[in-house]
Amino acid sequence: MDPCPRPAWPTLLTQRPRLKPSDAVGYHAAMRDLTAVAGGGLLHRRAFLGGALAIPGGLVLGSAALAGPLVDPVWSHRPGALPRGYGMPSPAEGHVARIPFTPFPGIAPGAAASFSPLSRLRGRITPNGLHFERHHSGVPAIDPGKHVLAIHGRVKRPLSFRVEDLLRYPTVTRQLFLECAGNSLLQAAPEPSEKPCAVIHGLVSCSEWTGVPLSVLLDEVGPTEEAHWAIAEGADAARMNRSVPMEKLFDDALIALYQNGERLRPEQGYPLRLLLPGWEGNTSVKWLRRLELAPGPVHSREETARYSDRLADGKALQFTFEMGVKSVITHPSAGLDLSGSGLYELSGICWSGAGRVRRVEVSADGGASWADAELEAPVLSRCLARFRIPWHWQGGPALLLSRATDETGATQPSRDVWLERYAPAQIYHCNAIQAWQVEPSGRVRAAFT
Amino acid sequence: MRRPAHLAAFLLIVGCATGSDPAARGPALGTDIDEADLAVWNIDVRPDGVGLPPGSGSAAEGEPLYAQRCAHCHGIDGTDGPAGPLAGEDVTVGTFWPYATTLFDYLRRAMPYEAPGSLTDDELYALTAHVLHLNGIVGRTARLDRTTLPAVVMPNRQGFRSDWKPR
Ligand code: HEC
Repeated sequence: MDPCPRPAWPTLLTQRPRLKPSDAVGYHAAMRDLTAVAGGGLLHRRAFLGGALAIPGGLVLGSAALAGPLVDPVWSHRPGALPRGYGMPSPAEGHVARIPFTPFPGIAPGAAASFSPLSRLRGRITPNGLHFERHHSGVPAIDPGKHVLAIHGRVKRPLSFRVEDLLRYPTVTRQLFLECAGNSLLQAAPEPSEKPCAVIHGLVSCSEWTGVPLSVLLDEVGPTEEAHWAIAEGADAARMNRSVPMEKLFDDALIALYQNGERLRPEQGYPLRLLLPGWEGNTSVKWLRRLELAPGPVHSREETARYSDRLADGKALQFTFEMGVKSVITHPSAGLDLSGSGLYELSGICWSGAGRVRRVEVSADGGASWADAELEAPVLSRCLARFRIPWHWQGGPALLLSRATDETGATQPSRDVWLERYAPAQIYHCNAIQAWQVEPSGRVRAAFT
Repeated sequence: MRRPAHLAAFLLIVGCATGSDPAARGPALGTDIDEADLAVWNIDVRPDGVGLPPGSGSAAEGEPLYAQRCAHCHGIDGTDGPAGPLAGEDVTVGTFWPYATTLFDYLRRAMPYEAPGSLTDDELYALTAHVLHLNGIVGRTARLDRTTLPAVVMPNRQGFRSDWKPR
């Protein structure tokens, strides 16, 4: 069974408001802005925006229907629910949930993941309950009063920090994406996936993280001349360990304590995690309990057997930390179908582990022509940004692509170019361009170009 | 200490502003801790053998233990269990892992899945030896300990390249 039922396209975009005679003037003025900017129906961004030139009433294409007389609903006649301690989404949104993935059901259910429902979210921030998960041995139930972070090894003064100590340090706050190195691995498969967008690309999320700059704690312990790497270890039952170069730890690493304003969720490392902006998610060790400064990496299982990239030449690359520049159209996408031809806003998310995304181009004709999408400001470094572009779908087959370029000039590769570099079945760090095939029925599925 | 140049500059500025106290940027609330008190957490094992405990074991000793503690998930030969292979032609310990020490490190911290941390050091050496033996890397009676384990040369030892370079 498809793990994600196909929702209808949000009604806002599919309603066809009545075209009243008075709209006709505005309509003709607006037509100037319905200029095609690339093939397949991609339109100038002012088809939706642009003040006086905007189409009155929003959308004018397609047939009109009468809304009918309004009724006063029951909730307008009865006092509603009481305030409560911790708010929850509307029950009508109960279907908006992470999609669990359990590769070892029965024997090891905690060595698992869950995908963020990307095509049900807007904006850039992932709600805390919908942040993707990846655990190697489940989510530990940590008593914050008993958790400490020890920093030791090649230091002048080994120290341990209680959680309550760390909460008293000055903090910094940054919006940052976090992406699993194995995200989008279905793009590396021999056949296009039948799964929804969330399952293909949902191991990426974005939060506002607040924490203590690790450099402050490092100054307190005083690394010795021999400290070139630190081995970060979690307090979970996998006691997951990764080696991280000191340069990164001094540069912008955080000991994250808060996520979107509230304390970390248990599945995100409560009471504290390492957070390495732009780097593969596995290095941002959750439930961090120990940082051992060392002359070199430990070569743990997670940085040799796993999270290393086997190349076409037979060697494997270790320590590919930075996540590549990437974009994916989320609206529409596999699992989020179109309900009839007409004007739509194509939108999606983009990010780069190297800094800011500078440009996202979109194609509606399988790459024959491209147009620049609008990037929603502010575009932050190592953070998700949303792009969008108006699109008039004529109802025929269409092949939608998006291609991001970051401030270093790196551009998302085509799938063929990405595959050439690696050994068959290499799955990590896949940032290949995603193609969505729109069928005349409105169904959207993953495709390879 | 290899610090990036811009960071050194940053620290210089902060240093000027706050004096030379290394903890001036925070309230300095860390508590001193001895390496001895950290011993129970300090379980990483490096390729040169640093971190390996005393004790020893052989594949012959590991075989019955493996049958009891590991085979239901990884298969009796390490090739056909529900938890993925530990031996065989695929990307496994024998064909892919560059260091034998990594096996000890991983087994000690994470296996068996239901009860990590439940094996004695002798048992860990014996199971490490058995998994290596399943891969044809050590003999059935070879004894592994803190000296002989780091000396085991893995077939794919030269198969890796580091992609890390500071920006
Ligand atoms: C309950 C099932 C279970 C048992 C019992 C178990 N394992 Fe595992 N093992 C797993 C799972 C699941 C993974 C993968 C975990 C992950 O990827 O996070 C794994 C991973 C491994 C790996 C890493 C393989 C690789 O290529 O990366 C080794 C080695 C290993 N186990 C050895 C053992 C040994 C030796 C024992 C016995 C002491 C054992 N396991 C017992 C489930 C089990």
